[in-house]
Amino acid sequence: MTRVTSRLNGLDFQQAVVYFGFLAIFLFFAVTLYDDGFLTQRNLTNIVLQTAPATIMAVGLVFALSAGEIDLSFGSIVAVSALSCAVILQDYPLPFGVAVGLGVGMGIGAFNGVLIAYLKLPSFLVTLATMGLFAGIARSMTNLRSIPVMNDTFTGIFGSGKLFSVPSLVIWTVIGVAVGHLIYRHTRFGAHVLATGDNPRAAQVSGIKVPRVRLYVMMICGGCAGLAGLLYAGRLQAAKYTLGESDLMTVIAAVIVGGTALNGGKGSVIGALLGSLLMGMLNNGLILMNLKVSDQMIVRGLIILVAVALSLRDSNR
Amino acid sequence: MTAEQNVLSLTNIHKAFGGVVAIQDFSLNLKAGEVVALVGDNGAGKSTLIKIVSGVYTPTSGSIELDGEETSFSDASSARSKGIEVVYQDLALADQQPVFMNMFLGRELTKPPFGLLDKDRMRRESQELVDELDVRIPSASSTISQLSGGQRQGIAIARATHWASKLILLDEPTAALGVAETARVEGLIENLKKKNLAILIISHSLDQVFRLSDRICVLRRGQQIGIRETAKTDKNEIVSMITGVA
Repeated sequence: MTRVTSRLNGLDFQQAVVYFGFLAIFLFFAVTLYDDGFLTQRNLTNIVLQTAPATIMAVGLVFALSAGEIDLSFGSIVAVSALSCAVILQDYPLPFGVAVGLGVGMGIGAFNGVLIAYLKLPSFLVTLATMGLFAGIARSMTNLRSIPVMNDTFTGIFGSGKLFSVPSLVIWTVIGVAVGHLIYRHTRFGAHVLATGDNPRAAQVSGIKVPRVRLYVMMICGGCAGLAGLLYAGRLQAAKYTLGESDLMTVIAAVIVGGTALNGGKGSVIGALLGSLLMGMLNNGLILMNLKVSDQMIVRGLIILVAVALSLRDSNR
Repeated sequence: MTAEQNVLSLTNIHKAFGGVVAIQDFSLNLKAGEVVALVGDNGAGKSTLIKIVSGVYTPTSGSIELDGEETSFSDASSARSKGIEVVYQDLALADQQPVFMNMFLGRELTKPPFGLLDKDRMRRESQELVDELDVRIPSASSTISQLSGGQRQGIAIARATHWASKLILLDEPTAALGVAETARVEGLIENLKKKNLAILIISHSLDQVFRLSDRICVLRRGQQIGIRETAKTDKNEIVSMITGVA
């Protein structure tokens, strides 16, 4: 019995890391940066707005990791999707741009997925290669130029707009997390994702179509990256090949800190949201502290290291 | 269906991989409520036979009848849909998921109107099942990794019982267990007999085979050496059948 309780405590501890970490860092900045305006509504809203694309990417990554796969290419997918959408919006109405942006994301995800699920190549290597491949395509498709997005409806819906005075990026975050959580926790597909990552052989002999699950999680990951690309393009009113480039580490860290296992079978969409907000808060706080960019990187790296170490503690039990 | 009708009839089953003969002319009938043990040395063809009955392999020739009707399985799912369940040696459990999700793995229950998972019902039915079979676990919500080897085996067997309507195949059900846990799992298998399922069990432990089975079927190098009624044979005879040394 004591064994069971201590393991339950261990589980609680892992899941609690993100909540405590979130609270601790929030309180720390709230006190130390009070005079710099950390606690103002404007600054806090800003954190949520800035993390919206990363949160959406994180939701997708929860699915890939839970199924025992990884996606390193989502940053490149963000850029290609945003650029495709921006190019289309120059000549065609909004629905075409959105459809192409999301379609490109899911299409690249499907490309990754087919290689992983049916040619049985390891996802780490496949997406390492496609990360480079699509980063190159993003650069060549517009010759490194950035493409402005003039469509006001688009920048409203995916960027600076508001609905009942709630910023649209907040709405996208809520929708993305809610839908992701619902699918992950409350559908057969979500259960099959977890079973596939946990024990692929057991999943397969139980009649779960394991290759199909692997294909779908990569498509979800690509689709989420595509949506993140639209959100970037909407907020910045332009698309450039650099979009999403620097999000790889932040998003992976957010997902892991949020309680998703790197080797599959366990995860949390809500945790990924908190992890993503935590990363955003960290960025924001370190900037308000007037740290040099190099120092920000060092501190951020160290804090991520501690957070990941804490959230992975005891997980190989 | 009369009690005397065979649940499973294998007739002249032959399986070759390329030129290598794995199973030669194997015939066996299994009745409801009967436990037949399949024994033989490593490489005798026991696993091949289990895979044929569970639909993983298709026999090269010979016939499989279920309840007197000739059938063939295109894959493992089609055998499962006809009421045949396998308890694999490695148990095929997803360790980080709760007991009730494992019990319904691949066959999760949903509820209208949106087709979302009906976790309450799966939890409740799993609890009823483990209670009925007397598998003692903390609760149906426990994670598999929190359970002991015997408890896990119990879950795997309970799952097979829940879904099998005709036949359960058990592959080395107690190979990894201690003495007390083995006794509990054997008790569980005896309970299954009462549920009128046919049971085919592979085991390396002759003591266990003699405790559990009604009949013993011996294989050696793909050949069926013979079938004996457990009550009318002894270990010496079975050992000499297995080894081929009189």
